[in-house]
Amino acid sequence: MFGYVTRRVLSAIPIALIAVTACFFILRLAPGGPFDGERALPPTTLANLRAHYNLDLPLIQQYFIYVWRLLQGDFGPSMVYNDFTVAEMLWIGLPFTLMLGFSAFIIGTIVGLVAGALSAVNQNKWPDYVLVLLVMIGLVVPNFLMAAIMQLVFGVYLDWFPAGGWQAGSIPHLVLPITVLVLPHAGRTARLMRGSMIEVLGTNYVRTAKSKGLGQRLILARHAIKPALLPVVSYLGPGLSYLLTGSLVVEQVFALPGIGKYFISAALNRDYGLVLGTTILYMFIILAVNLLVDIIYAWLDPKVRYS
Amino acid sequence: MKTVLSVEDMSVTFALHQSEVHAVREMNFSLSEGETLAVVGESGSGKSQAFLAIMGLLAKNGQAGGRAMMGDINLIGMAPRQLDTHRGKDIAMIFQDPMTSLNPTLKVKTQLSEVLVKHRGFDQRKATMAAVEMLERVGIPEPVKRANAYPHELSGGMRQRVMIAMALLCQPKILIADEPTTALDVTVQAQMLDLFKTLTDDFGTSLVLITHDLGVVAGVADRMMVMYGGRAVEKGTVDDLFYDPRHPYTLGLLHSTPHIAHRTARLDPIQGLPPSLEHLPKGCSFNPRCAFAFDRCLAERPPLADTGNGREKACFYEGPMAYGKVA
Repeated sequence: MFGYVTRRVLSAIPIALIAVTACFFILRLAPGGPFDGERALPPTTLANLRAHYNLDLPLIQQYFIYVWRLLQGDFGPSMVYNDFTVAEMLWIGLPFTLMLGFSAFIIGTIVGLVAGALSAVNQNKWPDYVLVLLVMIGLVVPNFLMAAIMQLVFGVYLDWFPAGGWQAGSIPHLVLPITVLVLPHAGRTARLMRGSMIEVLGTNYVRTAKSKGLGQRLILARHAIKPALLPVVSYLGPGLSYLLTGSLVVEQVFALPGIGKYFISAALNRDYGLVLGTTILYMFIILAVNLLVDIIYAWLDPKVRYS
Repeated sequence: MKTVLSVEDMSVTFALHQSEVHAVREMNFSLSEGETLAVVGESGSGKSQAFLAIMGLLAKNGQAGGRAMMGDINLIGMAPRQLDTHRGKDIAMIFQDPMTSLNPTLKVKTQLSEVLVKHRGFDQRKATMAAVEMLERVGIPEPVKRANAYPHELSGGMRQRVMIAMALLCQPKILIADEPTTALDVTVQAQMLDLFKTLTDDFGTSLVLITHDLGVVAGVADRMMVMYGGRAVEKGTVDDLFYDPRHPYTLGLLHSTPHIAHRTARLDPIQGLPPSLEHLPKGCSFNPRCAFAFDRCLAERPPLADTGNGREKACFYEGPMAYGKVA
């Protein structure tokens, strides 16, 4: 098990490097730059600015400078908000985004697993039909539309929760955005869980467990849930990345102070440092979660540990 | 001999979208203490479904009727919760495919000991010790190491031994083995049959051996029941049926099996295919494939009737049978 974890951690390093490289060059392929505005800057000012941010050097050299700084934990300066470094800006928005994302991730995963398992156990009976319908709604309605509907229904008509904005420590402000994030994630998780649970309940080893007279509860808890979780767990890594990209939109719609806001404006302003910083940070979070998923996977499926 | 299981007029029906399929009809037999009964038939003859019904393991669309009396309790139609007080304790089952019948995510010892915890009220430590002991008993080398292994770390024969150990932990009165050797190598098959014989003798367990392999039957069983199209067509002792088969289907099965003493160039299989249970032929189900069928067989279904000496058969034909020459 220890060897497996070490191998997994080591294999994440080249992936991280490839992702950084790809992000760096793809961003530079986009037309425009951080100092293109409605009004052209005087050539000498522009040249000074470009020299200040090393933009006058060959691209490959800029890349090595960037990676070298990154290895020392330095995300570099923001090119638009020149009073801040990228790290400072991320530090302002990140805790909020992580709180939002991970709350939705945890709630959505739990809700999805429970709903999926309930559906499977009651396959083709009314609880199953109701849950499948709810799941479909969660899946097919895009988050920006769902966010608007939620704001209108629960924020304006019913006036149960604030329709947007943020006050530190206020939970009601979080209810609607988290719900919007939870719905599709819970839906996908539930759908996977239902399918894999139904499959597991039909396997020979569950039949063996029944023949031993173990009883429904023990069969579900000990024999069915672990193998049924396998495909669901492998989805959780990509699932989190969907959720985090979704949260960029949701933060905008609900006017929340996460990094989503900076990310979108940075992309429009071609603030190279900030876009790269945000992307790389997301990448690290997703890599970390995938690593965690791999470890959980190995715990669930003993065959994985040795291969 | 005391009767441990008495099956009376049992049937198994599966509901399909628009129709029903009768997998087993009018099944009657009894199983004595310590006896080995072989249930023989082709795929789809209903042999497995009959015993899955007794274990309460039919698929969701399956429905069992009749009675399966174990002592004075009827296992058919019993609520699952109540059935769970008998399954694994008084009546146990071993399945055909040891590769998929063990849970891949649980250690062998967990899957064994839980039976004792549930039915005997053992604590975990005592149950694990008893499980290891049973593994040794079924001939698993290094039982402590194997107990801590996961199923995928064991070979097929080893896994079937684990299944046997699991079924016998509570020393059940009845053990149902559904094609227990089909998925194994031939050399392992023989070992497995020896093991069955030894253990069921030791524990006084009655064994039901569901198989299509007459070689298996000859080595182990006392009595046999031949099934065709969901019904028993001949019953009797293994010796009687092997040396003096009275039903053309039993005769056909015997001729389809290679025999070391008769070195024939080609086997003489039964012509045709097993019938679809949805469209059984009129009259005797076997008549389209039977070399001895006459007009009565096409019109009327022969009942399973006593023919003396504890033998029963469901056939109208009474003349001599020389297989392969008449057709």
